[in-house]
Amino acid sequence: MGLWLLILIPILAAPFAWMGQQWSHHAPRWIAIGALAVDCLLALLLGSRDHAVQASGHGAWLVESHIGWIPRWGISLHLGLDGLSFILIILTAFIGVVAILASWTEIQSRIGLFHCHVLLALGGVIGVFLAIDLFLFFFFWELMLVPMYLLIVIWGHAQRRHASFKFFLFTQAGSLVLLVAIVALALLHQQATGHPSFDYADLMELTLGSEMARWLMLAFLIGFLVKLPAPPFHTWLPDTYTEAPTGATIILAGILAKTGAYGLLRFTIPLFPEAMSDFTPIVMGLGVVGILYAAVLACAQTDIKRLVAYSSISHMGFILLGAFAGTELALQGVVMQMVAHGLSTGGLFLLAGALEERYQTREMGQMGGLWSVTPRLATMALFFACASLGLPGMANFVGEFLVLFGSYATQPIMIILVSFGMVMAAIYSLGMMQRTFFGRQQDTRSVPDLSNVAFGTVLLIAVLQIWLGLYPKAVLSTTQPVMEQLVRAAGALPTLSHAPTESLWSSHIVALQGDTP
Amino acid sequence: MMLQDFIALSPILNLGAFSLVTMLAIAFQRHHARIATFAFLACLFTLATLPWVATVAPRAVTTLLVVDGHALLYMGLILTVTMVIIGLSYRYLTVQFREEEGVEEYYLLLLLATFGGLVLTTAAHFVSFFLGFELLGLSLCSLIGYLRTRRHPLEAAVKYLLLSITASALLLFGLALLYFESGAMTFQGVGAILKQAQSVSALWLGGLVLVLIGIALKLGLAPFHMWVPDVYQGAPTPITTYIATVSKAALMALLLRFATEVGVLELPPVVHLFSLLAVVSMVTGNVLALLQQNVKRLLAYSSIAHFGYVLVALLAGGPPAAEAVTFYVIVYCAMSLGAFGVVTVYSSEAGDKNRFEDYQGLFWTRPWLAAMLGLSLLSLAGIPVTAGFIGKFYAIMAGVNAGLWWLVLVLIGNSVVSLYYYLRLIVTLFGEAPDPAVAPQAQVEQSAQTAGWTTACSLGFVASIILMLGVYPNPLMELIRDSVSNLLIVALQKP
Repeated sequence: MGLWLLILIPILAAPFAWMGQQWSHHAPRWIAIGALAVDCLLALLLGSRDHAVQASGHGAWLVESHIGWIPRWGISLHLGLDGLSFILIILTAFIGVVAILASWTEIQSRIGLFHCHVLLALGGVIGVFLAIDLFLFFFFWELMLVPMYLLIVIWGHAQRRHASFKFFLFTQAGSLVLLVAIVALALLHQQATGHPSFDYADLMELTLGSEMARWLMLAFLIGFLVKLPAPPFHTWLPDTYTEAPTGATIILAGILAKTGAYGLLRFTIPLFPEAMSDFTPIVMGLGVVGILYAAVLACAQTDIKRLVAYSSISHMGFILLGAFAGTELALQGVVMQMVAHGLSTGGLFLLAGALEERYQTREMGQMGGLWSVTPRLATMALFFACASLGLPGMANFVGEFLVLFGSYATQPIMIILVSFGMVMAAIYSLGMMQRTFFGRQQDTRSVPDLSNVAFGTVLLIAVLQIWLGLYPKAVLSTTQPVMEQLVRAAGALPTLSHAPTESLWSSHIVALQGDTP
Repeated sequence: MMLQDFIALSPILNLGAFSLVTMLAIAFQRHHARIATFAFLACLFTLATLPWVATVAPRAVTTLLVVDGHALLYMGLILTVTMVIIGLSYRYLTVQFREEEGVEEYYLLLLLATFGGLVLTTAAHFVSFFLGFELLGLSLCSLIGYLRTRRHPLEAAVKYLLLSITASALLLFGLALLYFESGAMTFQGVGAILKQAQSVSALWLGGLVLVLIGIALKLGLAPFHMWVPDVYQGAPTPITTYIATVSKAALMALLLRFATEVGVLELPPVVHLFSLLAVVSMVTGNVLALLQQNVKRLLAYSSIAHFGYVLVALLAGGPPAAEAVTFYVIVYCAMSLGAFGVVTVYSSEAGDKNRFEDYQGLFWTRPWLAAMLGLSLLSLAGIPVTAGFIGKFYAIMAGVNAGLWWLVLVLIGNSVVSLYYYLRLIVTLFGEAPDPAVAPQAQVEQSAQTAGWTTACSLGFVASIILMLGVYPNPLMELIRDSVSNLLIVALQKP
């Protein structure tokens, strides 16, 4: 029941947020923040309730809820919480609050409806992180799309129509491919046992023919890579991130992209361990291409939001790389990177949105020299630029480092290539600082500095960044059992193409594992 | 005939009797509200007899009609939809009609068309098939042209008449060929002889194909779809709704029975024909819908595409296919009622509102209406929480189960394309409202508030159905499963 409350609190609070508009200007905001705070507390309560049973995932859930739904097809309302979903739900609630605070001054029309949609979308996302029935998962997966789409269409910038269409069509196309694969899995279960089932545990036990497994894995990959996004499915992202209102962009970059990563970790890898070995080089290659290609494009952007958007694609490449590296270290890095990226892009988009609100432009060419005009904004931007380029001491560094370290064993050449991506990250992040805040001032209008609300929000994110950068164990120890389980599931495969070196290196890494913070 | 035969036939007999009474009542005294209420109650009463009839089902009443779970389910659907349409029609007609024109016969024709639909759902014989087909077609033809002083409805009526005649001619010729080859006129008899035949002769095939094309013409499957957009656009909106829902549901009920009992889906040429029809319908419907600037035309093309999806489910064969088809048809009826219902309501205020511009920013002026249209469109697009998602899921499930990978892929590709035009309309709903001309707006609002309860109830009912089926489809699924097993038992006992 507690798990259902996690999903239902935001969804049930949504209509109240809408109605709250009549009472006062700020009522919807407070209702939304209150709902998310309660949700966050509830998640903490559930997550810490029973430490005796470690959050081990994949069959052993920390908290579980199982109710029948459509017995005809073996569909049930099955929710499960483990370390991975726990971390992501906390992140969702936190980023949700950040998004609301970021929209404090930007959203002035239809405030109630805006917050109603934000809450609905977040409710869907939390459902995605909790559902362990594949049908239910897909249900939530689609559910978060519509409010997100409306957020872009109603409150977006000039090109919103185009951007929202692209967003919806791309993700929907990926989802439908995913749906067919899910249906095929359930029917294969029917062939094997006589009754269809969409349940995660049942499907994990299914043995698939290699041909079939390859096709199904491809379909799962497409569904999740579109959302992540990885090239060549990324073209919707820059337009969407740029045209969406700041709050929606923060949700999109901070949380929705993580649902794709979550899908890879939770479903794609454990369900098709045999087919994974065929795909590993290709998918990791896509990750590398994503990191480098997006970094190059980010360097060429003149629009500040587009720059952050491309940097976001580049960072998601690390997640893809680590998820398929097949070592626990890399997988831990992926989780860290998910959290860190959520925090850093959340901060960056908030600041970019603040700039846009002040100057009515996103062109960096028309800014310049803002350090003296808006010192608070500039300092924080510098902080997040450093976080994003992976400065040691920040959470991003831990994530990227663990991913690189964990996957060097299997794909040394790729990792060497990726290191160039990190150099590029320094170039575009500092380039952004240079063009926006230093140099000669283009626009001499005097604008207000960051408001107290926004400044407080950004400071809070910064503190979290540093905390996780210095003490990543808070995240890592929560998700460790899940990742161990995942490595075991993926490692069940009989042969890897590079078996001898791999085993040598992984034993080395397992030995190192004890020492990682 | 036994007493039980009468019980089994009571829905049809009831509605027939009520139609006569309606006719006499109109002759006695014209009164719009009274006749509308009476027609509504007639449907409600007939609907109420269905559980009672179910106690004697399945039962073959003479060789002409079979009353079984399948027929009863579709009867329930048709009657419910008719009731909703009567609810929607009342206001539309009061606004669109002038006093002296006489609106009451509209309800009589509606009851007669529904009567034809009921006959179609039970038909198990060429004669009853043709009778139901014609009764439905002719009543619809006069309903389409009912606003007889306007140009568009008349044009649409003539088009529908020509279509109806063509369909009937092809159908009759096809039935004659089948009779010539088999010497039987019941579906079962034809099926049994077809099964015994060593090879399928050209005349057999010719007959079957002609019959199926006759049905496809009425269903508006591409490439026999030319009439659909024009008729949808021209007909009075409640009647457009009726064509999209009742007429198609009745024909699908018949097609399912015909296909299972004759066993046409075991013949490869027919399967190829159906696959082709399915693909062409999906592609044509969706691609042409992209170009539309008129809401009714857009929904018309989308309906062509949707019946393409239904065909994919039908081609899967076996019980899952029949379940998926029935579920999809029910869901499609609900979604169409929602979408066309909003167009009807909105057109009931100040003339027809069909163009996209009329819907610009509707959400900000009429939130409930726009939300209802948005919900229906999302359901048509197959987004979760709405019935359309479960329907599409069922269709994909049936397709994958039968290994129709290509058709399923085409279905998916088309769903994405279709999303584009549904979104286009949804975006329009949320766009900036056009310059609010204050005076007329206020006037409209007032009229909307005074006479809205019939439509509000109808649309509320439809919305709750769409959401209920989207969230908790299990009861309906079980019901369909029973009815389908009923249908298949009859089919299996045949040889």
